[in-house]
Amino acid sequence: MALDKATVARIATLARIKVPESDLEPLAKELSGILTWIEQLREVDTAGVEPMASVAEMTLPMREDRVTDGNCRDKILSNAPQQAHGFFLVPKVVE
Amino acid sequence: MTALTDLTIVEARDGLRSKEFSAGELTEAHIAAVERARPLNLYLKETPERARDMAAGADARLARGEGRSLEGVPLAIKDLFCTEGVETTAASRILEGFKPPYESTVTANLWAAGAVMLGKTNLDEFAMGSSTTTSGFGPSENPWRRRGDNRPLVPGGSSGGSSAAVAARAAMGATGTDTGGSIRQPAGFSGIVGLKPTYGRCSRWGIVAFASSLDQAGPMTRTVRDAAIMLGAMAGHDPKDSTSAPLAVPDYEAALTGELKGLKVGIPREYRVDGMAAEIEQLWQQGVAWVKAAGASPVEISLPMTKYALPAYYIIAPAEASSNLARYDGVRFGLRVPGESLDEMYEATRAAGFGTEVRRRILIGTYVLSAGYYDAYYLKAQQLRTLIARDFSNAFKSCDFILAPTAPSAAFAIGEKADDPVAMYLNDVFTVPVNLAGLPGISVPAGLSSDGLPLGLQVIGRAFDEAMVLRAGDVIERAAGFTHKPAFIAGGAG
Repeated sequence: MALDKATVARIATLARIKVPESDLEPLAKELSGILTWIEQLREVDTAGVEPMASVAEMTLPMREDRVTDGNCRDKILSNAPQQAHGFFLVPKVVE
Repeated sequence: MTALTDLTIVEARDGLRSKEFSAGELTEAHIAAVERARPLNLYLKETPERARDMAAGADARLARGEGRSLEGVPLAIKDLFCTEGVETTAASRILEGFKPPYESTVTANLWAAGAVMLGKTNLDEFAMGSSTTTSGFGPSENPWRRRGDNRPLVPGGSSGGSSAAVAARAAMGATGTDTGGSIRQPAGFSGIVGLKPTYGRCSRWGIVAFASSLDQAGPMTRTVRDAAIMLGAMAGHDPKDSTSAPLAVPDYEAALTGELKGLKVGIPREYRVDGMAAEIEQLWQQGVAWVKAAGASPVEISLPMTKYALPAYYIIAPAEASSNLARYDGVRFGLRVPGESLDEMYEATRAAGFGTEVRRRILIGTYVLSAGYYDAYYLKAQQLRTLIARDFSNAFKSCDFILAPTAPSAAFAIGEKADDPVAMYLNDVFTVPVNLAGLPGISVPAGLSSDGLPLGLQVIGRAFDEAMVLRAGDVIERAAGFTHKPAFIAGGAG
């Protein structure tokens, strides 16, 4: 599958990574190379094969519904690039 | 007298118990070695003060006769494990300065067994790589050199800082994580032992996530017995990781019986890949002869889906990574690059913080999960994963363990293969299938290449049968008698 520049720009936006215009063409080439290699999977007939999400043969364990963690606001905020009054600060999102 | 840094964990344990030396002395010798190893860029963070405090605690316990399984043993920790109050970066600029307010379960287990932390080791950024060259803080160097060639070599990856530190005697053992070979391949390249346990054997809680359905922590040591001891301390059920297996941890050291009587060793036909060096094929044959001499009988097995494991992996791992790494957004921790809007801030932060290999994998992952392509790529890869796991369960009907090379080549030079991501990915051809199937595998140094570099053999076992993997690995280690040392030794003499 050959990816074009526009497709790379679109997935970069989906991934929220700013990609400079000058990187789009080389990236398109590089990602196309990887995808072409990946596409050998099409040789395999997988009709009716169950997809495997995890090898862990277990159902998620249940536990008693009680609080086991929390009350550590300052610890959680301690690594924030910007914080004030017990909140994370971000650029304005509502006009 | 052997240098303290040259001892195995077993020898250190015995020497500490018999008061030949103290944990303080053992730790000081290693702190000095860590400093001497600085030119190799193996540690991203050294923690000598913490090491001294922990060693003092160990000496107090040893004096009371209360030494635990790793009491006073100085270890390196891959900088992917969160360590409370100690900077944890995953070798990414985007996490620079991050001090976790909690401790990963695996490292907490090691400290509870008495181990001493020397520092945090370098890796490929977010564990994405096979060479430790994608680190945001510069590549690590392998302490080994080719004979008659002074070019610096990669230690393998992603756990390359850990493997090189253990090989250079700048740690007695180290933690690694293995998503597609990241413990076994660097162990092979660095001439040490590396064990990837069964998925679920060690808790993933507090380990920076790469591909959550594949990631698994394990020990990296200089001997199989040391790996058995370290795994015993690392492993165990953890309610904080819902995929952690609620199984008892056996006494792995007791599994090392030195023989393989009545067992069958599977030799996978499909692992004779094009372009594999003849000397690796020879070493593999030698390995078969060694396990045969210990009582095992070889059977040829078939893993027909082998060639599809890598392409399936390069859909599944980037897909999981692209969603796991969504959390690095400049809001809660790590780097922030200002922007006019929230989206601009995200995009600028992630552009500045992620290196090129991480960006490449996030983009691939985003693409294969995007609307219209999910079934063609992601679902297809998950179906292949079922078939690959089925190959192994069929094979284990006729054998008790599998013997294979660890990697198709020895260590390469820093900068080689850098231009071709697919060539780099092919390094993991023998290790990736094991992750997709969730099985345990060990790499044991078994010989040298013609130019003097270590080569590893890999033993693969049934799920949760680390005991068998260690037992066969121990047999290979004894037979190989690998006593070669790298060109650079950080640990002092005498």
